[in-house]
Amino acid sequence: MTTDSYMVRSLPTPTTRRHGLWHDMVKARWPYLFVSPFYILFTVFFLYPVVFSVYLSFTEWTGLGPIKFVGLSNYAFLLKDKVFWQSMLNGVILFFMYVPILTLLALVLAVVLNSRRIRGFQIFRTLIFMPYVTNMVAAGFTFRLLLQQKNGLVNIMLGALGISPLPWLESIWGARVSLCLLVIWFWLGYNMVLMLAGLQTIPYELTEAALIDGANPAQAFLYITIPLMRPVILFCVVLSTMGTFSLFTELLALFQSTLGRGPMNATVTPIVHIFDQAFRYFRFGPASALAYVYFLFIFILTLLQVFYVSRQEA
Amino acid sequence: MSLSARLTRILSSVILYGLLIGVSLFMMLPFVWMLSTSLKPADEVFGYPPIIISPNFSLNAYKYVIEEYGVLRSLLNTFIVATAATALQLFFCSLGGYGFAKYKFPGQGVLFSLLLATMIVPFVIVMVPLYLIMRDFHWIDTYWPLVIPWAANAFGIFFLRQYISGISDELLDAARIDGASEFGIYRRIIFPIIIPGLTSLGLIIFMTTWNSFLWPLVILKTPENFTIPLTISSLTGQVGRTVWNEYMATAVLSILPLLIIFLAFQRRFVEGITAGAIRG
Repeated sequence: MTTDSYMVRSLPTPTTRRHGLWHDMVKARWPYLFVSPFYILFTVFFLYPVVFSVYLSFTEWTGLGPIKFVGLSNYAFLLKDKVFWQSMLNGVILFFMYVPILTLLALVLAVVLNSRRIRGFQIFRTLIFMPYVTNMVAAGFTFRLLLQQKNGLVNIMLGALGISPLPWLESIWGARVSLCLLVIWFWLGYNMVLMLAGLQTIPYELTEAALIDGANPAQAFLYITIPLMRPVILFCVVLSTMGTFSLFTELLALFQSTLGRGPMNATVTPIVHIFDQAFRYFRFGPASALAYVYFLFIFILTLLQVFYVSRQEA
Repeated sequence: MSLSARLTRILSSVILYGLLIGVSLFMMLPFVWMLSTSLKPADEVFGYPPIIISPNFSLNAYKYVIEEYGVLRSLLNTFIVATAATALQLFFCSLGGYGFAKYKFPGQGVLFSLLLATMIVPFVIVMVPLYLIMRDFHWIDTYWPLVIPWAANAFGIFFLRQYISGISDELLDAARIDGASEFGIYRRIIFPIIIPGLTSLGLIIFMTTWNSFLWPLVILKTPENFTIPLTISSLTGQVGRTVWNEYMATAVLSILPLLIIFLAFQRRFVEGITAGAIRG
C-alpha cells in the first residue's frame, strides 16, 4: 500500500510502465473516484447541453411536438435581427461608458488605501466592498427609487444645485448612465479588492525608491504601479467585458416595465435578448443560434484583449 | 520640514480623504435610502423636502410584506437552497481538488484541461438544454436544478486544488503507513487542514446562490417556492401597486443576512475573492 505508483511523491518507478495502462488505472481507482462526481455532472449537465444546443440552433422548436430541422435559417435570421445587433452595440457602448472609470477608480482607491498614509483602511475597504454582497434585484430597485424623475432623491439633490429634474430612467442616455452608476456601485469594491491584492505583491520599496529619487507620486503611479499591475488590470477588464455583455438582473430590476430592454432598446444586452427568445417566446432554435454567436464574439474579444496586453509587455 | 512641504502634505491628505469619503458616501447612499424608505409610510416616500427618519416612523411595511407576501418563507427557501448548495459543493469540490492535487493518474492532464474549459463557456450556451433536461426530470419548480448541476464545479475544484497542493506529502504518507485509507486521509488530514479555505469558498458559494436570479427565474414557477430575489422582482407584478416602502422593506430583509455574514467573516470573504481570482 505504501508505495502505490500513483502517489505524487513515490519514487520514479520504471515498474509502472511494465504493468501497463490498465494496471495504472486500477491502481488509481481512488483518485478516479474522487474526481468522478465532477465528470458525471459534467457529462449530463454540461457536455450534453453544449452539444444539444448546437443541434437546436439548426432547428425550429418550441419545446413541444416534433423538432423541425431548418438548416442555417436561424443564423440567417440572426443576421437581420436588429435587436440582437443593438444588444451587441449596447455592450460596446456600455463598456466604454463605465469600464475605464471603474477600473481606474478601483486602481486609484487601491493605491490610496495601500499607501500607509491613510487611517481607517478597514472602514473604507468595508464600506466600498459592501455593495458586492447585496443582491442585484434589491440594489436595482433601490437605484430605481433614487433615480425617479419626479421627486427622486437624486433629482432633488441636483435641484438644490439648480439643475432641473433629469429623466434618468426614461431617456436613452439617462438609462445607460443609470445602469453604469448601478454597475460601478456594485463592482467597484470587488475590483478594488483584487487590485489591493495585486498591489501587495509589488514591493513597497520600489515605489519608495522612486519617490526618494525625486519622482512625484503621479509619476510613480504611472511608471511603476501601472506596468507592474498590468496582469491584474487585464484580469479586471476581461471580467468587466464579459460582465457588460451578460448584464441581466441589473436590467430586469432597473427597467422592469420594458423587461430589461430600457427605453428604445437602449440597454438591451445579448443575455436579455436570448432569455426573451428562449423563455418568453419559446423560440429555442434562434435562442441557441444567438447564444453561440454571442459566445464566439465574447471569446474572440477576450483573446484580443489578452493578446493586446501581452504584446505590449513584450 | 519646510512650510511649503508641510502644506503640500496636508493638501494631498485632504484630497485623498476627500476622495475616499466621497466614494464611501456614494456607496452608503443606497443603503441609507433603502432603510429610510422602508420605515416611512407610503405617502411620505416622495415627500418634499426628503427626510431620512420620518416622524411617522413605523415597521408597518415590514409587517405587511411578511404577512402578505410571505417574505419570511422566501428567506427560508433561499436559506435552504444556499445551505444545500454550499454543503454539496464544498464536499465534492474538496474531494475533486484532493484527487487532482495529491495523485497522479492516467489521463489527468486531459481531464484537468476539460475541467478548466468549462469555465470559459458562458451559462447561456447551456441554458435552454439544461431547462429541457430539468423538464424531462420533472424538476421544474423544485430546488434540485439550483443545487445539483454545480454540486461539483470547476471553480471550486480549482480553488481547493491550489489549497490542498500546499499540504506536505510526508504527512499523507505517514498516515498511509499508519494504515489510513485514501478516503480516511481526506477525512482526517486534508479536511481539517483546509477548513479556512473551505470557509472562504463556502462564503462565496453561499452568497452566489443566495443572490442568483436568472436560473431560478427559469426554474421556479410558484410564488411559494420563490427565492428572495425572485420575490422582490415579483412584487411589482401586483396590479397597480407601486409601494416603495414595501419594496424597500423586502430589499432590506433580503440583504440583511448576507450583510451580517459578510461583516462577521470579512477577512475570509475577501481572501476567497482574491485567491480565486489572482491565482486563477
